[in-house]
Amino acid sequence: MTLAHLPALEVVVPLLAAPLAVLLRRSSLAWAIATAACAFSFAVALLLASEVSAHGPISYHLGSWPPPWGIEYRVDALSAFVLVLVSGIGTLTALYAWRSIAAELPRDQIYLYYALHCLCVAGLLGMTITGDAFNLFVFMEIASLSSYVLIALGRDRRALVAAYQYLILGTIGATFYVIGVGLLYLSTGTLNMDDLAARLPQAASPRAVLAALAFITVGVSLKLALFPLHLWLPNAYAYAPSAVTAFLAATATKVSVYVLLRFYFGIFGLELVAESLPMREILLVLSLVAIVTASLVALWQADLKRLFAYSSVAQIGYITLGISMASRDGLTAAVVHLFNHGVTKGALFLLVGGIALRAGSAGLECARGLGRTMPLTSLGIVIAGLSLIGVPGTAGFVSKWYLVLGAIEAGRWWLVAFVVATSLIAVAYVWRFVEAAYLSAPGGRTPEPGETPATMLVPAWILVAACVGFGLQTSWTVGGAQRAAALLLGGAP
Amino acid sequence: MNGAQLIAAALLVPAAGAAGIALAGRRPNLRESATLATAATLLVCVLGLLPLVLAGERPQLVLLEMLPGITLGFRLEPLGMLFALVASSLWIVNSVYSIGYMRGNNEPQQTRFYVCFALALAATMGIAFSANLLTLYLFYELLTLVTWPLVTHHGDGEARAGGRTYLGFLLGTSIVLLLPAIIVTWAFAGTLDFAPGGILRGAGLSNAALGGLLALYMFGIGKAALMPFHRWLPAAMVAPTPVSALLHAVAVVKAGVFTVLKVIVYVFGVETLAEVRAADWLPTVAGFTIIAASVVALRSDNLKRRLAYSTVSQLSYVVLAASLLAPLSVAAAALHIATHAVGKITLFFAAGAIYTASHKTEVSQLDGIGRRMPWTMGAFAIGALSLIGIPPTAGFLSKWMIFQGAAAAGHHAALAVLALSTLLNAAYFLPIVHAAFLREPRAGGGVHGEAPKPMLAALVLTALATLALPFVAAVPLALARAAAGIGT
Repeated sequence: MTLAHLPALEVVVPLLAAPLAVLLRRSSLAWAIATAACAFSFAVALLLASEVSAHGPISYHLGSWPPPWGIEYRVDALSAFVLVLVSGIGTLTALYAWRSIAAELPRDQIYLYYALHCLCVAGLLGMTITGDAFNLFVFMEIASLSSYVLIALGRDRRALVAAYQYLILGTIGATFYVIGVGLLYLSTGTLNMDDLAARLPQAASPRAVLAALAFITVGVSLKLALFPLHLWLPNAYAYAPSAVTAFLAATATKVSVYVLLRFYFGIFGLELVAESLPMREILLVLSLVAIVTASLVALWQADLKRLFAYSSVAQIGYITLGISMASRDGLTAAVVHLFNHGVTKGALFLLVGGIALRAGSAGLECARGLGRTMPLTSLGIVIAGLSLIGVPGTAGFVSKWYLVLGAIEAGRWWLVAFVVATSLIAVAYVWRFVEAAYLSAPGGRTPEPGETPATMLVPAWILVAACVGFGLQTSWTVGGAQRAAALLLGGAP
Repeated sequence: MNGAQLIAAALLVPAAGAAGIALAGRRPNLRESATLATAATLLVCVLGLLPLVLAGERPQLVLLEMLPGITLGFRLEPLGMLFALVASSLWIVNSVYSIGYMRGNNEPQQTRFYVCFALALAATMGIAFSANLLTLYLFYELLTLVTWPLVTHHGDGEARAGGRTYLGFLLGTSIVLLLPAIIVTWAFAGTLDFAPGGILRGAGLSNAALGGLLALYMFGIGKAALMPFHRWLPAAMVAPTPVSALLHAVAVVKAGVFTVLKVIVYVFGVETLAEVRAADWLPTVAGFTIIAASVVALRSDNLKRRLAYSTVSQLSYVVLAASLLAPLSVAAAALHIATHAVGKITLFFAAGAIYTASHKTEVSQLDGIGRRMPWTMGAFAIGALSLIGIPPTAGFLSKWMIFQGAAAAGHHAALAVLALSTLLNAAYFLPIVHAAFLREPRAGGGVHGEAPKPMLAALVLTALATLALPFVAAVPLALARAAAGIGT
């Protein structure tokens, strides 16, 4: 009986953990509640994923109201994949926060962090699991509002400005999204995604549908930081507390990508998206520009958090590049990179958080000589950095493989050259860390920074190990991504 | 142990050895014992595989599925056997030499040095044993990455610049050219397994496309140092000499030409290439590299730089021989991997010994040094003769076969290139030998004797091996012929 309610529990447990953390107040209790709730969600997500791969999509009716009247939760190959990513990273960052947040926040505010973390996890999981376009908006607001506060918790006063920027742009994005959903509701009279997909072709006014497509594209693109709508991202990542940066970088933009995929392929359908508007071409051009400019900008950053933040913008470009191909291999690349990049960036930001804690800041000059003083942290950054470049044996390689394969099948040879050539820029910016850490004399700090505390290092290294593991044994990630791609191209979710 | 277990052991032993070396880091004697024990165990594993391969077996081991349809798998064939044998047997000698060199020069970070060295050998074994292109590519990149700390060992500005060039060229070519080539192969052939006769026949690629793909491979395999992608090799000479000796004369560069051979023989197939004439341009590029690198070597006063350019030129012998597409020349190419290795490692050993004993690095400083270091310079002379290809040294054997292969293929330009380059080889090596033994030492040269004993032992041993190889050539010859598909 409980098993049947797993899709609801996936979201409800972290959602309820948030007020509980506030009520208990004690920071250690709040930490325990948050970690346990996230770990529960992670376990449920794994269970759901194995259930989906064995028996196909799960549809859960909230309050037993059947769709399209009630809200439907829907777990399929794609959403199960994203659920695992979000809840897994949520658990690891909660573990990591024990030391990291304690060092960054005043003692009496710590419980707030855990409450907001749970809310944010619940919001992102809800966005992923729901089959209802308006319910998605609700969860989007839960996730967004909590992430504004999470960013504002940063020690640096500039975090307030960063959070404010994100608040404005994020709200515009959410508003655009809800306008789009409103237009869809106007045209079809339904909010259930399946139902929308079935009714859209007979919609009274195709113009309203196109307007909805445009609004939703812009709204979601703001959230996923598609170039040139990425301006909120670097500051937000740079000034938020380390645990928050890692969590948001690994999950928040990825869930927005998921929403885009859902709407493009699950609701509007490829024909509408590709034929009535040149969305694929627009996406292609923006992705290319994002990859080149953001990678180049990353090359000139003096702060590791900002460097990897710009690299995120570029990597999101690779994901949307895969989406723009709209072929089986392209979508496989997009979905698998969504996951792999989440893992890679999570690892990187968790480790950079260790540097920020021990060396005082995440500036590149603080990384000098770290190869000797913080060997495990540095080695972890190098390995995750290799995954960012896409060296074989790491997760990032798998994504690049499918992206190139997709370009070859489309006969776009220049795109093949583009993808491999731009990964050289990634070599260059990862390189800057390597030279600082291994080939520069320590900056003469006294005392020398010690290794990152174990409670932070272990979650980070779990992700580093995942970077390598998902590069060598890919049946789960690639298999899942291929099923998701087939599902997206097969029509309605 | 059966073949699969031996393959697993040969991969695990150096990796586990690296861990052991790291753990023993605080006790130098224990650490060096760990290196020697690892090297010896590795050689035992590789020698255990030899009779299997000679008997025609092809031991296999599949570990994981890296991508749907592509495994992380190993399958040992004669060419890989030859490469593994060369690398693992020279590692022991090189370890003895390293101990003398690193201690004699009071080098810093010795633990890291030995750890990376062991890891580099593990990656080399992975390349030698790989069953498909993706596995090979994985270990190929791994080899680049683990040798980078060895190149930048000194950590100064020069090392940093050298390291940048090293990684820039090797990663750049492998990511921009080699990786797309592999993915295109997968997209059209549907497999990446090395198979006799190649996998691209009938894959739907036009002749021009096959030529283009071959170019992606040949230039993408930057470790083979085909011009214009050779600059990383001289840049890597900032490393301590044992690194230059084993890695940049044997393991890394031979991994490059080994991959070239694998691609020509097992991916394209010699017959396919000959039929569609897709490789017609390759002898020209290789020939140009041979001559141009020899000319640069001739003009280099720095000894290690001269040796590096000589390596660039010798690597292209292998590429040239393979590109002639005659069975005999392919066998010669495989054999040249082994014969050049013993000769060149001797030369580098000698260069390192000279540096350790006298801190001399330039050719012009070597007048009369043969009187103070007769063993070292004697070994150098033997290595030089082998590189020129004078009997009864190892180099003669493979050079003779390459000549035969070129003659059999009727490629007169190749014959001319080989003859000219032999003259150039003599022109840049013999003056060193001449100056060392027959010129008077310059005044104020300082008093020094031979280098430390372990180094001396190592270089005498490889010099003897250079002389002995032609007399025990049955095994490498059998492997080379089997690789080229000539009946045993």
